[in-house]
Amino acid sequence: MPEEKKSKTEKKAKEEKAAEIKEEIVAEAADIKEPADEKEVAEGEAKAVQMAEKEAEDTVGKEAVETADTGAEETAGKEGQTAEAERDKTEVIEPEESHVFKRVKSIVFSVLSPKMIKDMASAKIVTPELYDKEGYPVDGGLMDIRLGVIDPGLRCKTCGSKLKECIGHFGYIELARPIIHIKFVNIILNFLKSTCRECSRILIPKNKISKYKEVLDEVEKEKGIEGRRQKIKEIIASLKTINKCPHCKARQKKITMDKPTTFFEDEKRISPIEIWTRLEKISDDDILLFGLVVDYVRPEWMVFTFLPIPPVTMRPSITLESGERSEDDLTHKLGDIVRINQRLFENINAGAPEIIVEDLWDLLQYHVTTFFDNEVAQLPPARHRSGQPLKTLTERIKSKEGRIRHNLAGKRTNFCARTVISPDPMLELNEVGVPDLIAMKLTVPERITEWNMEYLKKFVEKGPKKYPGANYITRPDGKKKKITEETKEASLEEIQPGYTVERHLMDGDLAVFNRQPSLHRMSMMCHRVRVLPGKTLRLNPAVCHPYNADFDGDEMNLHIPQTEEARAEAEILMEVQTQLISLRYGLSIIGCVQDAISGNYLLTKNMILDRDKAIDLLAAIGIDDFSKLPRKEKIDGKELFSTLIPEDFNFTGKTREEEEVTIKNGKLVEGYMDRSNLGEGSGLLLRNIHQKYGKEFTINLLGKIFRLGVEVLLRNGFTCAVSDTDLPENARMKIQETLSNAAKEVDNMIGMYYDKKLEHLPGHTLSETLELKILETLNKARNETGNIVADFADKNSHTMIMAQSGARGNLLNLAQMAACVGQQAMRGKRIKKGFEARTLSNFKKDELTPGAGGFISNGFKTGLTPTEFFFGAMTGRDSLMDTALRTPKSGYLYRRLANAMQDLKVEYDETVRDSSGRIIQFEYGEDGMDVSKSEKGIINVKRIIKSIT
Amino acid sequence: MDKLISEYEDKLPRKVIDDIRANLPKGINQAKLKKIMDKALGEYENAKVNAGESVGIIAAESIGEPGTQMTLNTFHFAGVAEMNVTLGLPRIIEILDGRKEIKTPIMQIRLKAPYSKGKDIKEFALSIKETKLSEITTEFSISLADSEIEVKLDKEKMKSLNLTNTNVVNSISKQLKGFTIKDNKELIILKSRAKEEALNEVYKAKEKIKDIHIRGVKGISQVLPVKRDDEFIIMTSGSNLSEVLQIDGVDSHRTTTNNIFEIQEVLGVEAARQAIIEEVFNVIENQGLNVDVRHIMLVADTMCVLGMIKGITRYGVVSEKSSVLARASFETPIKHIINAALVGENDTLNSVVENVMLNQPVPIGTGVPKLVTKKK
Repeated sequence: MPEEKKSKTEKKAKEEKAAEIKEEIVAEAADIKEPADEKEVAEGEAKAVQMAEKEAEDTVGKEAVETADTGAEETAGKEGQTAEAERDKTEVIEPEESHVFKRVKSIVFSVLSPKMIKDMASAKIVTPELYDKEGYPVDGGLMDIRLGVIDPGLRCKTCGSKLKECIGHFGYIELARPIIHIKFVNIILNFLKSTCRECSRILIPKNKISKYKEVLDEVEKEKGIEGRRQKIKEIIASLKTINKCPHCKARQKKITMDKPTTFFEDEKRISPIEIWTRLEKISDDDILLFGLVVDYVRPEWMVFTFLPIPPVTMRPSITLESGERSEDDLTHKLGDIVRINQRLFENINAGAPEIIVEDLWDLLQYHVTTFFDNEVAQLPPARHRSGQPLKTLTERIKSKEGRIRHNLAGKRTNFCARTVISPDPMLELNEVGVPDLIAMKLTVPERITEWNMEYLKKFVEKGPKKYPGANYITRPDGKKKKITEETKEASLEEIQPGYTVERHLMDGDLAVFNRQPSLHRMSMMCHRVRVLPGKTLRLNPAVCHPYNADFDGDEMNLHIPQTEEARAEAEILMEVQTQLISLRYGLSIIGCVQDAISGNYLLTKNMILDRDKAIDLLAAIGIDDFSKLPRKEKIDGKELFSTLIPEDFNFTGKTREEEEVTIKNGKLVEGYMDRSNLGEGSGLLLRNIHQKYGKEFTINLLGKIFRLGVEVLLRNGFTCAVSDTDLPENARMKIQETLSNAAKEVDNMIGMYYDKKLEHLPGHTLSETLELKILETLNKARNETGNIVADFADKNSHTMIMAQSGARGNLLNLAQMAACVGQQAMRGKRIKKGFEARTLSNFKKDELTPGAGGFISNGFKTGLTPTEFFFGAMTGRDSLMDTALRTPKSGYLYRRLANAMQDLKVEYDETVRDSSGRIIQFEYGEDGMDVSKSEKGIINVKRIIKSIT
Repeated sequence: MDKLISEYEDKLPRKVIDDIRANLPKGINQAKLKKIMDKALGEYENAKVNAGESVGIIAAESIGEPGTQMTLNTFHFAGVAEMNVTLGLPRIIEILDGRKEIKTPIMQIRLKAPYSKGKDIKEFALSIKETKLSEITTEFSISLADSEIEVKLDKEKMKSLNLTNTNVVNSISKQLKGFTIKDNKELIILKSRAKEEALNEVYKAKEKIKDIHIRGVKGISQVLPVKRDDEFIIMTSGSNLSEVLQIDGVDSHRTTTNNIFEIQEVLGVEAARQAIIEEVFNVIENQGLNVDVRHIMLVADTMCVLGMIKGITRYGVVSEKSSVLARASFETPIKHIINAALVGENDTLNSVVENVMLNQPVPIGTGVPKLVTKKK
C-alpha cells in the first residue's frame, strides 16, 4: 500500500474515533472475507479498507494492511469463526454485550505492488515440500505454519492463535525471472504499443498531452467513467500506428502479441525483463492517459517479480479416511510454481545454457498463468493426475458456483427445517403446523431475567427429550452448554438472570416459511407456530397461492428467527396478514380455494338449514356468539353467511355470471358467493373489507369463511362421479350430428381445395387457407358440442357446481370428458409432423381429414382411439417441452431485472433513485402511489362517491 | 363546484380528479362534494409509497414472477388473417434486452380522413409496400456473348401495381451504376459500360439487381388493411417509421411501430420510454396476466435514464452501476474487479448486494433510518 494511502486511512480513522464510537476489530476481519481470492487474481487488488479504528496511530496503518491481506475462503466457515472469536473477546469484558457494530465503510480496489506483497507477507516460501517425515509442516514450505493453521492443536507462528481463530497470513516467493500476469496482458500490450521503445514516453506530442487530458475530463463529466474508458480506448487505438516517437524521434517497431503471454517486436521476442524495464520507465503523467491511477497501480506491477502466496486457510488440505492427506488444487499449483522457480534459480546460478533457462522460464510462466486462470483459451488446462482440470483462482470466483454468487451473495442458515407439506384448513391462515419432532430440534433463545426465571426453569427441568423442554443454556460469557438427561440437574442449579435458555419451539412462536422458487416476497412469509403431531409441515390451503404450493409432494422450509430484531421485522413486515394485498396488481392475493368456494356457493345460493344445524356450523368454525343469527327455525344460507360480515359493511359486485351481489349493512341480500368474490386475485370484496377493517380482521374473516365452506361440504357431502358426465340420449345424438356435419363440411372444403375452387384469403396461400378454414370449422364444432353439454348436463351435479362456482374446472373440461376433446394444436396449427407427408402411418399420404390432423372427436369418457390418444400425447409432450425451456429463460430474465433494479428505492423527497443518487423517477409511478395500498392500482373514486351520497 | 375541485389539483393526481369529475352525480351539493374530495385525498395520502421502499426489487419481482407463467413461442393470429407477432416471454426478453434488431417488426399505420374511411385503401396499402425488382419479373437471364443481363418483366403484376417500364428503368439506373439500360417493352437489357468485364461481375450484378427497390417504403414487406373499430388501418410487417410518417395521408400522430429503437431515433427517448411501457404492458395483458403499470414504468425508466435505451444486460444498465461488487456479482466478475483495480475504484457500499456480501444491514427499507445509541 502506498505510503500516502496509509496516512489517509489513518486520518480517517482518527476522525472516526473522534466521532465517538468504540468498536471491535473482530467484526472487521469478518467483513473482509472475500478479498483474498480476488486479490490474487488481479495480482491482488488489495482492498484497503477505510475503517474506523481506535488507539495509537501506527497500529491503525497496520490494522488496515492486515485486514486487507487476511481472507478466508469459506464465508460460512468464516462466520462461525468470528462468532466464536467474538465470544472469546467478550469473555474478558464480561457480561455486557457490545451493541455497537463495526461497519465497513468502503472498499478500494488496487493492484498489489511488489513492495506491498513483501510487506504483507509473513513468510518467504522457498521449498516445494509440504510436510516433513513426522507430518509436520516444513518451514519455508507451502504449508508453513506462519501462513496460518489448518491442523487442530497447532498454533499459528505469526499471530499465535489456534485453528479457526487465525484467519491465515500471506507469504511470498521471489521469482527468478519476471512473469507476466495473465489478466493484464491486454493492458501491457497497450502500453507497449503506444509508448516509445527508447524513451518510454507516450506517443503523443508534448503540447497535445494536456489537451487530451482536458478532453478526457470533459468526457467523464458527460458520460461517466464508462465514457472515459471508451475515449481512452479510442486514443490508444489511434496511437498504435504512429511509428516515430514525437519526443526522441526514435523509430517505432511493430509490436504484436502471441497469445496468451508472449510479445514480439518485429518478429523478435521481447522478454518479460525488457517489458518490465519499459513499463517501469513510463512516467506517472503518461500513465494517467491510459486511464490508470498511479496511486493504485503502476504498469510494472503487472509483471510479477514477487508472487504472493495465499494463506493456507484458504486452501486447506483434507485428510482422507486412509490417513492420507489430499491437498487443495491451489496448493498443487503453487507447488509447481515453487518447484520450477527453484529449478530456474539453480540453472541460472549454475550458468546453464540460455535455451534451458528459457524453457524453464516459459514453464514457470505457464504455471503462474494457470494458477490465476486455468481456462485461458490458448493453454491446455493444468490437470490432476486423474485428468480432471484444476480449479484455480478464477474458477473459484466465477459463475454460479463461484465464491461471489455462491458464498457472498448467498448465505446459509442454522435453525431451519424442511419437510413435505400437507393441508390443514383448521389452522388459521397465519399459522404453520410444525411436527413435534421438529419442534424439539429447533429452539428459541430466551434471556433469563428475574421475572421469567421460574417460567424458563420449567423448560430446563424437562430437558431435551420431553416436549416443551430446552436444548442448550448459554452463559453470559457466551459459553454454550448442552442440556442432557445427566446435566439437567446441574444446569438447573446453574442458571440465573443473564443466562440464555434455548427452549423448544412452542405455539405462537414466529417462524419464516418459504417455498422455492422464491419468486416474489410472498414466497417467504412469517407464520405462527402450532406444534402438532405428525411428520409434515402443515399450512392452510388458502395460503398455497402466494407460495404456489400444492400437496403432491412439495417440500417447504421453515426458519426460526433468533434475535428480537429479526422477530420484530418478521412479525411486522412479513406476517401473512401484511402480505394480503399483492404488490403486483393491488388485489387480494390470498382467498378461498376449492372446497371453500364451492361450499360457500352452495350455502349462499339456495340452502336452508334448521336452526340447530346452523348453530352447529357456526360453532364448528369457531364462532360462539350466535346472537347475529335471525330468530327463526329455518335459516337461509345467506343469513348464515351474513353473520360473519360486520354490520356496517356495504358492497356491490358481480358474480361470475354477471349477476349482482349486494351486501347491505352487513347482510347478503342479493346474489351468492363464488370465486369472483371470494377467490384470490379477483373481485373487490376482500379488498374492500381489508381497506375498511384492516388486515387482522380480514385474515380472521377469511379463515372463518374458508372453514365455513369446508364445513358446509363436510355436512352435505360433495364428490365427483363419472355419472356427472352422463348425457341424455338426444344430447348424444345432437353431438354426433354436429361432429359429422363438421366432418362433412371439412370434406367439402378439401374437395374444393383439390378442385382449386377454394377462395383464398389475403396474404395466404391456398393450402394455408384450407388449414385455417378446417381449423375454424372444427373449433366451431367443438364449441357447439360444449354448448350442448352445457345445456343438457345436470345443473346440480357436483362437477357442474364446481365449474359454476369457479372452485375447479370449467365447462370446457366437462365437455372434453362428456363429448369431444377437440383439435390438438401445436403452435396454433394442426399437427403436421411425423412420417413423410402424413402424421401417422395409419393415414394415407397427404390426407387432410380432421382425424389425420389431430382432431379428437371422442370424449375422455367414451375413450380415445389409438391415433387420437397419440395426438393427445404429442401436444402433452409439446407443452412439457415448453415449460422446461421457459423456466431457465424467465429465470435469467428475472435475475437480470433484479440485479439491475435492486438498489432503486424511494427517497424521503419521494423521488426514486438508485444507489449513486441518480434520479430514475421524480415521483414513483407518476403519482407516488404504492400498488399494494391501492385498489387494483387506482383510488376507487366510484366507491367513495357512493359511500358519501 | 369546479372551483372546489380545482383547489385539490395540486394535492391529487390528475387521474383521480378526472375520475371524480366523470363519476359525480348531477346536482351534488357543495358539502357533499367537499366530503368526497377530502375522502379521496385521505385515501390518496394513505396509499402513498413509504420512503425507503425498495420499489426496484418489487418491480423486478412483479415482472419476473409472471414470467414463469408466460408461454413461449406464441405466434398469434387474431381474426382470419393477421401477421405473425412475437409475443409472450420472447417478446418481453427482446424488449428488455434492448435489442436493435427485433424478430417481427410490425407497424400500425393510421390514416387520415378519406383513406381511414376505406377509400382506396388497398391501393394506398400497396403503395406503401416495398416492391423489389424480382417481384415484378418473370425471368433474369444472362446472355453470355454480350455479357448482358436481360430482365423479363411481368406485365400483369406491373399493371396491378400501376408500374410502367420507365418507372422500372429509372429506379434501376438510380441504384445501379456502371450499366447502360435499354428498354424494349418486354425486356430490359442491362449492359456493362466497363469494357472487358469478367462474366463473374455480371453474375454478381444479376444478384444485385434482384433486390433493386422499385417503389414503396423500404423494409415493409407485407401490408394488410384491417378494419379496427370503425376506421381502416394498415398493418404492415417490417417497419420504417421515419419514411412512413412522411407519406401523405398517414396520420402521423397515431401511427406506431413496435420497433423501439426506431421510435427512439425518430421521436426521442421519451417516446421510446412510452413505447416500452405500452409494448410490455400489452404483452403481459395478452397473456391474461395482471401487472400494474407502475412496475413497468420503473423498468422503462431505468432503461431510459441515460438519455438512450440501455438493455437490462451486462453491457447495458448493469454496467452503469456505481458499485464494483454489485457489477461483479452479476456477470463477468473478474473483468469488473480488474478494471476497478486499475483505476483504484472505491466502492462505497451504498447499495444492496455489497452489504449482503459483507454481512451488513442493507440501506433499503428498514435499513434506511439510522439509530445510534450512545454507550454510557
